[in-house]
Amino acid sequence: MLRTHKLIPWLYLTPMLFLLIFAFGYPLVSIFNFSMRRIRGATGPFIGFENYRQVFKDTVFREAVSHNLILLLAVPIMIVISILVAVVLYERVKGWRVYRFILFIPYILAVPVVGVVFSNILQLNGILNETLRVIGLGRLGLDWIGNPDITLWSVMGVIIWREVGFGIVLFLARLLSINEELIDAGKVDGANWWQRLWFVILPELRSVLEFYTVVSVITMLAWVFSYIYTITRGGPGNATQIMELYVYNFAFRNQLPGIASAVAVLLFLVTIALIIPVFRLRASTEMEEMA
Amino acid sequence: MSESIARRRVISYRSISSLWKHIFLLFGVLLVLLPLYFTVITAFKTQENYSLDKFGFPKPFYAGNIETALRGGRYFLWFKNSVILAGGSVLLSTIVSALGAFAFARMRFSFRHPLLSIVTALMIIPPVVMLVPLFLLLTRLHMTSTFWGAILVYAGLVTPFSVYLLTNFFKTIPFEIVESALLDGASSLDILVKILLPLSGPALVTMIVVNMLWVWNDLLVALVLLPQDDLRPLMVGVTVFGSRYNRDVPVAMMGMLMASIPMLVLYLFGQRYFIQGLVAGALKG
Repeated sequence: MLRTHKLIPWLYLTPMLFLLIFAFGYPLVSIFNFSMRRIRGATGPFIGFENYRQVFKDTVFREAVSHNLILLLAVPIMIVISILVAVVLYERVKGWRVYRFILFIPYILAVPVVGVVFSNILQLNGILNETLRVIGLGRLGLDWIGNPDITLWSVMGVIIWREVGFGIVLFLARLLSINEELIDAGKVDGANWWQRLWFVILPELRSVLEFYTVVSVITMLAWVFSYIYTITRGGPGNATQIMELYVYNFAFRNQLPGIASAVAVLLFLVTIALIIPVFRLRASTEMEEMA
Repeated sequence: MSESIARRRVISYRSISSLWKHIFLLFGVLLVLLPLYFTVITAFKTQENYSLDKFGFPKPFYAGNIETALRGGRYFLWFKNSVILAGGSVLLSTIVSALGAFAFARMRFSFRHPLLSIVTALMIIPPVVMLVPLFLLLTRLHMTSTFWGAILVYAGLVTPFSVYLLTNFFKTIPFEIVESALLDGASSLDILVKILLPLSGPALVTMIVVNMLWVWNDLLVALVLLPQDDLRPLMVGVTVFGSRYNRDVPVAMMGMLMASIPMLVLYLFGQRYFIQGLVAGALKG
């Protein structure tokens, strides 16, 4: 540690604090204030919890919540796929670096680009259905993003397609950093592949797994706007309406920032509730490392 | 040494099951590459060719979609706007974060640990939560539809990650190096600028790559803060373009292909930094 005057550290911190208060501090305080006002322009009269009552009464909002909750199903799917792939890659199959390179490509592509590409592929007379017809599976062809019953599932498929590469690379990075002897020991003990995965590898992945789960849950609840906006705009009807789009529409289409802020508050509280356990876990592992 | 272990491992693992592993992985590769294959082949088809044959190679090979896409979308302008936004916000965030991370990593002050925890936690808060107040604030400051406003917002949003990454990296630089500079009479700013930053090359590259990608790929913030046609960054442009050409799939696909090439080229040459950087927030240190 440098020995400095008491104020010097704060001098270094000031620009950062200024920027963070602008981008996070002020907005996070304001949403609580705005959510209790009927805002026109910059501010408006205090109305208590009226905005919240409106939001909870709105069936569109309830649909949005249920769609976000359905999207949560993508989380376990992504976890299983990415751990399996990461473990297989970790066992250094020939060309594992090439596999890793290719499997990570979707995550490099921008979500809006992915969205537009898939909205073309998934059209009723689009590439997917045509391909199914060519290989004799035409009966499996569906109106992927036109039929309200399946559109949300199609979007979930696109989300998994792009996001799963991150999980793979993350778990692989963690595996590469653990002691190989530990896993080799499992081999000597005569454990089979699945037993090794379950009893040796998974416990080692635990902290990363928890982190990944939390981040993915937050993503599915509040970080999928670009997919929805570019593939369906929330349609057909409200079949893929989600909370973020609800915030966007109320703030910038319907000019009701108070309602939008109430939903933002809810999303913020959910996020906080989800982050806290991760921090507890991290703090405790840090303590262990120090001991 | 790890290389030799790796080689031994390959030999000891070469068993029947490795065939299944390859089949499994190749299936994944197929799922990843098929949509990309379709994007590329469709981008070089004529409308007629596409409507008759969606699966095969373009016949004839038609490059005219490039011209149509460039006429229908202002790709060069969008691209330039994205470069300004990403460049400006990453530069600003890097400077501000380096100063802050230096204090966190090398100085003692009250509330150091809780403050660092809070800054780190901000990384996970979705931008949609902050969007409404940011928009109203910038409106009051007459800074919507300006690059300055958007750059400030983006720089702020990526700063928690930058601070987190740089703090961890600065901590790994041996204190002896800093100490010897102190004996030579270096000021604290000297230590940051002349010693820590030059030694932080890999961390800085990683950080810049991740933040660039964040700003480059964002749609929501840009949609709200830069609605004006002239100021649109690439991702907003691409979204508008995609819906304008939703009946002319080959042109739409060509537009998406053109928008993706810069990042794909960077990824091809800097794979290491992309992979390291994007997992850096999740793995400690």
